Amino acid sequence: MTDAPIAAPGAGIGATGRALRRITGAAAPILTIVAGIIALWYIAVVPMNMHAAASQAERDGIPVAPDTAIARQELTGTSLALRNTGIIPQTFNQDRPRLPSPHQVAAELWDTIALKRVTSKRSLVYHGWVTVSATLLGFAIGTGLGILLAVGIVYSRAMDLSIMPWAIASQTVPILAVAPMVIVMLGAIGIQGLFPKAMIAAYLSFFPVVVGMVKGLRSPDAMQLDLLRTYSASRLQEFLKLRLPASAPYLFASLKIGIAASLVGTIVGELPTGARAGLGARMLVGDQFGQPLVAWAALFAAAIAAALLVGALALIERATLRRMGIAPA
Amino acid sequence: MPDGIGSQQEVPGQARDAASPVIEARALDLTFETNDGPVHALRDVNLTINAGDFVSFIGPSGCGKTTFLRVMAGLETPTAGEITVNGMTPDEARRARAYGYVFQAAGLYPWRTIARNIQLPLEIMGLSKSERQERTDRVLSLVDLEGFGGKYPWQLSGGMQQRASIARALAFDAEILLMDEPFGALDEIVRDKLNEELLDLWARTDKTIAFVTHSIPEAVFLSTRIVVMSPRPGRITDVIESPLPKERPLDIRDSREFIEIAHRVRDGLRAGHDG
Ligand SMILES: Nc1ncnc2c1ncn2[C@@H]1O[C@H](COP(=O)(O)OP(=O)(O)OP(=O)(O)O)[C@@H](O)[C@H]1O
Ligand SMILES: [Mg+2]
Repeated sequence: MTDAPIAAPGAGIGATGRALRRITGAAAPILTIVAGIIALWYIAVVPMNMHAAASQAERDGIPVAPDTAIARQELTGTSLALRNTGIIPQTFNQDRPRLPSPHQVAAELWDTIALKRVTSKRSLVYHGWVTVSATLLGFAIGTGLGILLAVGIVYSRAMDLSIMPWAIASQTVPILAVAPMVIVMLGAIGIQGLFPKAMIAAYLSFFPVVVGMVKGLRSPDAMQLDLLRTYSASRLQEFLKLRLPASAPYLFASLKIGIAASLVGTIVGELPTGARAGLGARMLVGDQFGQPLVAWAALFAAAIAAALLVGALALIERATLRRMGIAPA
Repeated sequence: MPDGIGSQQEVPGQARDAASPVIEARALDLTFETNDGPVHALRDVNLTINAGDFVSFIGPSGCGKTTFLRVMAGLETPTAGEITVNGMTPDEARRARAYGYVFQAAGLYPWRTIARNIQLPLEIMGLSKSERQERTDRVLSLVDLEGFGGKYPWQLSGGMQQRASIARALAFDAEILLMDEPFGALDEIVRDKLNEELLDLWARTDKTIAFVTHSIPEAVFLSTRIVVMSPRPGRITDVIESPLPKERPLDIRDSREFIEIAHRVRDGLRAGHDG
C-alpha cells in the first residue's frame, strides 16, 4: 500500500511526478540489461558468420588464412576470427547471415514496420495484425471458456473432480504436435483462416484462466462467506457480491499469462499451414528461403506484440482494481 | 457449580416475568471432529434468553463462546441437544433474517467502500436505494463514522473498521444481535463510548443481545445477565443476574453493586480455571 490507489484531490501533479520518477528509475536497470544483451549478441555474431565472411573476402581477393574453404572448415569460428581479425567487421553486415547483427534486425524492423504500407504483403504491421486478431479471438474464447469452467468447478463437486484432471492433461499434450492436426482437420471440413488458429490460441489460454479463476473464486475466507449466510443470501448473490469481485486480482494475473500463451498458440498455428500471412508464416518463410532477417524481424515483432498485449492488460488491470478500491499489489 | 445451572436459575421473579423466550438451548453438546481427534467445544449447555435481554458470555479463550454464538446463528450444528430461536430452528431463524451477527474480526469487503459495505445486507434484502442510503447514514452516525462512508476499509484504523462492521449489523436491523467481542480491538475510551451507545441503542430498540467479551467490567456494565463459561469442555458454570438498573451512567462502575457483581464474575472465572 505504498502508492495511494485513490488519488486525493490535488494529488494529480505529485502522482504524475512520482510515476515519471518511477519510470525513469525503472528504466536504468532495464537499459543496462538491454545494452548487455546487445553487446553479447554482437560478440556472438562474429564466430557465427566468420566462415561466410572469410569466403566472401577470399572471393574479393583479400588474403585469408588458411586460404581454402576446406581448411577453414576445420577451424571453429572463434579461432578463424582470431587469425583474421581484419575481416571481423564484415561479419556484422552479411547479406544472408547465419546470425544477423542487432542493427540489421533493427533496420529490417524499421523497414517492414514503418516504411512499408500496412496493406503490403511485406509489411510486418499487416502480418502482425493477422496474428494479433487471431490471438485476440482465441484469447476471448479461451477466457470465456476458462471462466465458465472455473465457475462450474467451484460450484459443482462433480465438475471439480472430473474437469480439473482433464484440464491439466490437456496442457501436457505438446502443442506443436496437436496444432497441425487441428489445422488440417478443420481445413478438411472447410474451416480455414482465422478460426483454426484462434482455436489453438484458446486451447493454450483457457488453462491459466481456469486455474487463476478457481483460486480467485475460492479466495473469500470462511468469515466472509458466513457473513452472507447470516443474511440468508442466495448462491447467486454469494457469487455476484463476494466470489466474483474477490476473484478479480487473480483473474487479471491469469489473463496476462493467457494472452501471451494465446499469441504463442496463434504463431504455432501459422507454422504448419503453409499460411501466407501472419508472423508465424513470416518466420517459416524466412527460415525456408534463407532470409534470416525476415525470420528474425518476425520474431521481434512477435515479442513486441506480446509486450503490447500484456501491457494493455496491465493497464486495464490497474484501472479496474483502482476503480474497485483494491490497492494494486 | 453443577452443570446446567442456567436452566434452574432463569427467569427469577423480576419484571421480566412476562418476557417471552427468544433463544432456548437445552442440553447442547458440540464436538468438532478434527484430525487430532475430537474437540469437545460445548457440553450440556442450558440457557434461556428472553426478549429484551442483554446477555454477556465471558470465559477463558477457547471455552466455546464463539461456538455457542455460531450455534445460535445456525452456522454450526450441535451434535446433541436442541436449540430454538424464536421457536424455530436456528437455520429457519437465519432464513427469516432474525439476527444480525458481528464477527470477532471486522470482515469488511475490501472492494467496497464503508458505505457500500454497510449496504451489503440491505442489497441482499432488496431494499430500495433511498432506504439503503437513509439507513446507512443513520448507522454511520450511530457509530461515529460520519464522513467515512466513501473510504475503503484499508483507509481506516482497525477500530474504525470494527465500528463499521457494527454499523453493518445495525443496518440489518434484526431483533436479535449476536456480537462476538465486537469491541476487543478498541481502546478504552472508544470502548466506553461504544458501550454507552450500545446500551442506549438496546434501551431504545428492545433488541435482544448476546454479547461475547473478555472484559469483566464490560460484561457487568452492559448485561442484564452474565453467563460464565469454563473450558474443555465448554460449559456454563454460573449465570449471574444483574441487579443494576436499566439506566446506567458510566460512573455506575464505581458503585458497590457493580463491584460485587464483578467479584462474583471473577470468582466464577477462577473456579472454572481451577476445576
Ligand atoms: N471449526 C472448528 N473445527 C475444530 N475445532 C474448532 C472449530 N471451531 C472452534 N474449535 C475449537 O473449539 C473450541 C472453542 O472455540 P471457540 O472459538 O468457540 O472459543 P472462544 O471461547 O470463542 O475463544 P476466544 O475467546 O479465544 O475467541 C476451541 O478449542 C477451538 O479450538
Ligand atoms: Mg471467540
